[in-house]
Amino acid sequence: MVINLHNVSFKYGNMNVIQEITTGFKPGELVSLVGPNGAGKTTLLKLLSGTLKPSSGEIYIYDQLSYDLTPKNRAIWVSMVPQNPKLPDEISISDFVMLGRNPHLGLLQWESKEDFNIARESIFLTEIDYLSKRKLGEISGGEKQRAMLALAITQQSPIMLLDEPTSNLDISHQMKVMKIIKKIHEQKSEFGVTVLAIHDLNIAAQFSDRILLFSKGSIAADGTPKEVLTKNNIKSIYGSEVTIITHPEHGTPVILP
Amino acid sequence: MKSPANTSNQDLVLAYKYPWNKITLGIVVILICAVSGVAVGSVHIPITSVFLILFSKLDLFNESGELTSAWHTIIWNIRFPRVVLALLVGASLGISGATYQGLFKNPLADPYLIGVASGASLGATIVFLSGIPFTYGYFSLLPVASFCGGITAVFIAYLISIKSGNTHLSTLLLAGLAIGAFATAITGILMLRSDPDLRPLLSWLMGGFIRAQWSHSILIMPYMIVGVSFILSHSRILNTMQLEGYYAESLGVNIEKSKRILIVSATLVTAAAVSFSGLIGFVGLIAPHIIRLLWGTDYRTLLPLSGLTGAAFLILADLTARTIVSPIELPVGIITALVGSPFFVYVLLRTKGSTIDGY
Repeated sequence: MVINLHNVSFKYGNMNVIQEITTGFKPGELVSLVGPNGAGKTTLLKLLSGTLKPSSGEIYIYDQLSYDLTPKNRAIWVSMVPQNPKLPDEISISDFVMLGRNPHLGLLQWESKEDFNIARESIFLTEIDYLSKRKLGEISGGEKQRAMLALAITQQSPIMLLDEPTSNLDISHQMKVMKIIKKIHEQKSEFGVTVLAIHDLNIAAQFSDRILLFSKGSIAADGTPKEVLTKNNIKSIYGSEVTIITHPEHGTPVILP
Repeated sequence: MKSPANTSNQDLVLAYKYPWNKITLGIVVILICAVSGVAVGSVHIPITSVFLILFSKLDLFNESGELTSAWHTIIWNIRFPRVVLALLVGASLGISGATYQGLFKNPLADPYLIGVASGASLGATIVFLSGIPFTYGYFSLLPVASFCGGITAVFIAYLISIKSGNTHLSTLLLAGLAIGAFATAITGILMLRSDPDLRPLLSWLMGGFIRAQWSHSILIMPYMIVGVSFILSHSRILNTMQLEGYYAESLGVNIEKSKRILIVSATLVTAAAVSFSGLIGFVGLIAPHIIRLLWGTDYRTLLPLSGLTGAAFLILADLTARTIVSPIELPVGIITALVGSPFFVYVLLRTKGSTIDGY
């Protein structure tokens, strides 16, 4: 297992946001966390990225206790794309993407030609090359999202965590970004894991190997998109009646409201 | 929307070039300022004589009979040490100002405005008035005492801004203002209760280089070298630290450790400067902002160039302070405040909105 969670709980004050979750992520899995607002998807990602510490339980990353990892070791293994962070306005996009090389550099070491090439590739891959000289304060939310994805790709970590990576994108960029995520994931599938929190069930169904359906801080369903996205599950968790058909090209479930 | 990867814009070049040419330019500017600083003063000395006197130390000319020994003394024992001290103090304040701004993600942080300088001068005053002998050859207790005062002030200001639940720009500045006012008040009480004979010596608190001696420059050098080395070694990390804490940490920065190292180093550098020059405000604000406007926010460029700009600025400010109403000398802090306050307002207006409180 790449990541193991053992009885992980998290409380904000008295509120149980994550309740005794035990699960694991295998090498090569692309996993989507879905569920209604407040179900705990983002919190689980933050626990995996080390931004939050579990109130109880343990998280293991490559068999090492998560909170024993130094920031540097964690950054070499885990990259993340947070949702709507506050970003410094004055930094240019290319300088921002270059920060992804930070975990690979010693204190007195500066970026080598190779580091710049890695960043350059992810800038082209995410199609933000036309923005590279602009500043973070001057670009749109969707463009920032792609810049953060480029930064995470530049980090070259086997584990990638993404919090709503497509929330600010138009439909064409949603598909493009998901294809990039899938491509990056496949490049490192031997030992890598990609976990994303996402609202859009159809995107989750189309791109994931496995879906965890969250409800009130627990995992309500866990399995392939077909197993999890059933009429009954959606009725009981989201409380809405839907029709489910099969995508004519991908064979994945498609949810019609 | 441009076309996809690898078909266009192949000319996108990513690289970082260390600003050697700008640093060279800065050194040349400082040399020009320094020569002006040595050449100009209330006693008129012809420029050729200035150079002859400067070079006479190098034993290039031994027939310097026509150069009066009074001129020699003015150049070598008064003006030159003063210019060198102004250079070192200006560089210290420029670099530590840029560091505080990066650390606190606060474009208005300045060693003077966040209370560090006042705390440092209180520390120095206590040692000064306590009667403890504070100079031992080339070691002085003053910078050490300043450092203790300065680090206390910055930690209190920082704790207040954290405790209040927002590390907003205004909170830090207001906390710094309160601590600075408190430290200045204590310093005032100590001075009034002190031996009247010692009081003139305390005029350094007003900020200035009137009593500058060669030994002062030698005494602050070790602190500067240590502090500046630590700061410069963290210049790339400071770039990453401009992100929110958890984001920077996810990129491998040990935030708490880096913050501690940078606070201690910047305060050490500030304290060393304050212990021999007193309170000089705004240099740490002006210098980094000029560089930001001209050449961007990469701390690897910003830190060294802020140091050079601070040095040049303070040499010129000191030159102005001692010549503008000659033969009376103004404290140099007055000149820097005259230039700095409008600059402060300018930065305040320029960074209004998201960056100022929303970081």
